[in-house]
Amino acid sequence: MDLAEELATKQRSISVAEFFEKNKHLLGFDSPTRGIITTIKEAVDNSLDACEEAEVLPDIYVGIKRTDKDVYRITVEDNGPGIVPKQVPFVFGKLLYGSRFHQIKQSRGQQGIGISAAVLYAQLTTGIPTTVISRTGHTSKANRFLLMIKTEENEPQILKQEEIDWDRMHGTRVEIEFKSSLAAKKRLLDYLRYTAVVNPHARIRADIDGEQYNFERASEETIFAPKAIAPHPHGIEFGTLKRMAEASPLKLKEFLIEGFSRVGDKNADEILGISGLKPDRKAAGLSSEDMKKLLDAMQTVPVPPPPSSQCLSPITEEKIIKGIDKEFELDFVRSRTRKSQVFSGHPFIVEAAIGYGGKLETEGSAQILRFANRVPLLYQQGACLITNAVSSVNWKAYNLSQQGIPIGPVLILVHVASTNVPFTSESKDAIAAIPEIEKEIVLVLQELGRELKNYLSRRDKNKQQEERARAVCSILPDIAAKVGEIVGKPAPDTTPLEAQIMRKVVVKKRVLNGKVEISVNNYTRNPATLTIYNMSEDPAADAKPKPDFVDKIGDEYNKLWKVEIDPESFWKTEYSGSSHGSISVRGVDEKFLVVVDLF
Amino acid sequence: MSKEDKDRIADAKLYDIADKWYQQMQNAAIPYISLPTRTKHNIEYDEGTEVWKYGDKETTRIANSSKSALHLLKMAYVVGFLKQQLRENRSSTLREMYYISESWKKAKFSAQDESNHLVEDLEIITELSRESFHLRPEDDGATVYGPLKIREKTRRGDREMHCQQDVGEGGYPIPNNVDNLEFVEHDAKFVIAMETGGMYARLMENGFDEEYDAILVHLKGQPARSTRRVLRRLNQELNLPVVVFTDGDPWSYRIFASVAYGSIKAAHMSETLATPGAQFIGVQPSDISNYDLPSDKLTEGDIAALKSELSDPRFDTDYWKTQINLQLKLGLKSEQQAFAARGLDFVTKEYLPARLSEMGII
Repeated sequence: MDLAEELATKQRSISVAEFFEKNKHLLGFDSPTRGIITTIKEAVDNSLDACEEAEVLPDIYVGIKRTDKDVYRITVEDNGPGIVPKQVPFVFGKLLYGSRFHQIKQSRGQQGIGISAAVLYAQLTTGIPTTVISRTGHTSKANRFLLMIKTEENEPQILKQEEIDWDRMHGTRVEIEFKSSLAAKKRLLDYLRYTAVVNPHARIRADIDGEQYNFERASEETIFAPKAIAPHPHGIEFGTLKRMAEASPLKLKEFLIEGFSRVGDKNADEILGISGLKPDRKAAGLSSEDMKKLLDAMQTVPVPPPPSSQCLSPITEEKIIKGIDKEFELDFVRSRTRKSQVFSGHPFIVEAAIGYGGKLETEGSAQILRFANRVPLLYQQGACLITNAVSSVNWKAYNLSQQGIPIGPVLILVHVASTNVPFTSESKDAIAAIPEIEKEIVLVLQELGRELKNYLSRRDKNKQQEERARAVCSILPDIAAKVGEIVGKPAPDTTPLEAQIMRKVVVKKRVLNGKVEISVNNYTRNPATLTIYNMSEDPAADAKPKPDFVDKIGDEYNKLWKVEIDPESFWKTEYSGSSHGSISVRGVDEKFLVVVDLF
Repeated sequence: MSKEDKDRIADAKLYDIADKWYQQMQNAAIPYISLPTRTKHNIEYDEGTEVWKYGDKETTRIANSSKSALHLLKMAYVVGFLKQQLRENRSSTLREMYYISESWKKAKFSAQDESNHLVEDLEIITELSRESFHLRPEDDGATVYGPLKIREKTRRGDREMHCQQDVGEGGYPIPNNVDNLEFVEHDAKFVIAMETGGMYARLMENGFDEEYDAILVHLKGQPARSTRRVLRRLNQELNLPVVVFTDGDPWSYRIFASVAYGSIKAAHMSETLATPGAQFIGVQPSDISNYDLPSDKLTEGDIAALKSELSDPRFDTDYWKTQINLQLKLGLKSEQQAFAARGLDFVTKEYLPARLSEMGII
């Protein structure tokens, strides 16, 4: 037998499923540890996307339960719109099946490979079929499936399907059981936490082998679901163009206008003019050569950038801050959403935030939170465009030390939203080096860096002032003691002086010559609202201003004044009387309050 | 007034300072003290006494910064110390007080300048001299030589001396308390005060005092209060003209200014210390060019000092403006002893006689 013939007997097509079986690392299943994160990530991403499309506030449950020595059952349940029963087997049991792959809009999952890869992974490591429950609304019952994938054909295998009662009105639940370990628990929690940061409208509850974690909702607004747009003529690939043309019944000119973003009558004529193709030719059936001419012409004609307001859904500055505030307690947070830009015909938006202080580690490098289409990127930080952009900023100019990335209690969040996020690989861990995106990230970080610098120098100034004030306060008692010694009297009380220097609110009561005087000095830089309670035998009938409330308790009158006082100003009341009584004040933080009772 | 009365007044005035602070603190006010501003921007010419005194500008030191609080603390310690000294009828020198402050912890002085300055502040507040608080300066070594007979009350009785016949070549050392001094008789026509010991010795060696009936006074740099007080008394009591002979540089002009107009630092004492009629004899910037004196280039500090003098009200006369601007133009300065380049006798035989007759003194 010829060698070629011999080889031919061995040559056959490989199904995607088989391919995956051999190349698990490409999809993020390279290790059992990693598999758990990838699975949850894919399932949660799908849930969030589905909720967004249905405009419901996501309520997501994530469960991880150890069922055997190294076997874990992963459960992800959402309150999304559910999946119609006939689609369920394909969504979970067929690789590369999805609704979003052909659409040009920002979405979390894209290839439709993720969750079915987990089903396959389960099947490979434990042989246990995946359970899916889905319900599309209160009028229909829930459907429960036991699924596997026929690897050779890449088709779903339904082991069991039944209608069941489910307490959720709508939503989807998936249970996948595979060999894994919880070694990467910290990273898993990071993923959930970071997801919570950029999805402040979502509530995520997690039960990780008995430990409960809650990521509460911080915003009651559902987020705007991006709408798909037609592709842009710039940056379209040959294959895509060819597929679109083959499927189109239109003539070339209409095909261009209908099929692409921002192509109008004039642009279409121009493109066709350059390509030398007749406008009334059918789009379908172009030769490869003509197709190439058309493609080239499409790249040369200037076309406005694609509309981004519909197909992109930035988190927005306010919600980023809400998200960070709820998951990290920081002293300073600022965020910025840039205007949309374009690379190779794909619109994108860069958003970023910088946080400082609070409970962040003071030692070591800044914490960088990378996001692509609201999905946290957990692996390959070093290979990511975001990390490079962070390193290329001169942070020293913003009063931070730096070793590549800045050092200190700093949190940097960068979100890249695009209809097509350019990842370095299919496992979607790192964004590829696209100069247009890098430039935007650098610009936004510089903008935020300036704000951080302002904050830091203001904070340093305040700190300095406080230190100076402290220094004065350590000397005043010495002056008082010495002066007292010279005049032969007890040293005067320096507390009110210190309060003045330390910028506090000083409330003073003194009884002098048959008058009781209560005064308030607000030495702080903020207005203060306080309630003064003065209990004594005097009724204070002639008080000016009058008490807001007087209550007689036995022989004593409890008098109450409500005082609103501007920064650095003075208030007082005075009434006839001679009893000392007592004074207490509420409404001002004790740290900023000094009450002096002088006889 | 008896010594006891004087002490009582001093004690009461010190008490007042402390009591004010006490009241301020009792009323929850941060303690402060107000003083005339002691810079050249706040000295004014007083027509009546013909000297420069502090004007109306006041500086308030309020203890709301650690520097000011520390200043007040030190002042409180000094007040306490002086009151104790009055009570115990002791006395001390400024330097001794500086050392005593070693045990005052936070209130310890970092340099004697600081304690001296603070004592001057107290003089201004109380309108008393430091001697009223039993504080005295160290002997400063300034001397007098010339046809003058004095009587000094010493702790060991009165001593009478002739400042040519009864003293050695060093001359008669001016005591701290010039008020213990009495001028008995003299043969002098004028007083010449010199910045440097070298020139003082040159005039003595050349017999300038005898030839011109001059009283020679060695200022020893920036003159102490006692030296200035002696000059004033020689001028006022004996009606002798006073001329000042210094180096030809900006720092030396300030020596002249403090003799003639009063110093900025002690403007509160100008009335008793300044000699309004004193005249500057040299070295003038114009002498540098006229006599082709050996000279040095002005340093940056010199230039800054000259420029500062142009805005000093005491130098606001045509004479000084011309001389200072000339010097800035020349860019040079010369010492008194630069005259030696023309021979050791030049200064006594030519320069000084020429200047003195020009000024109408001989």
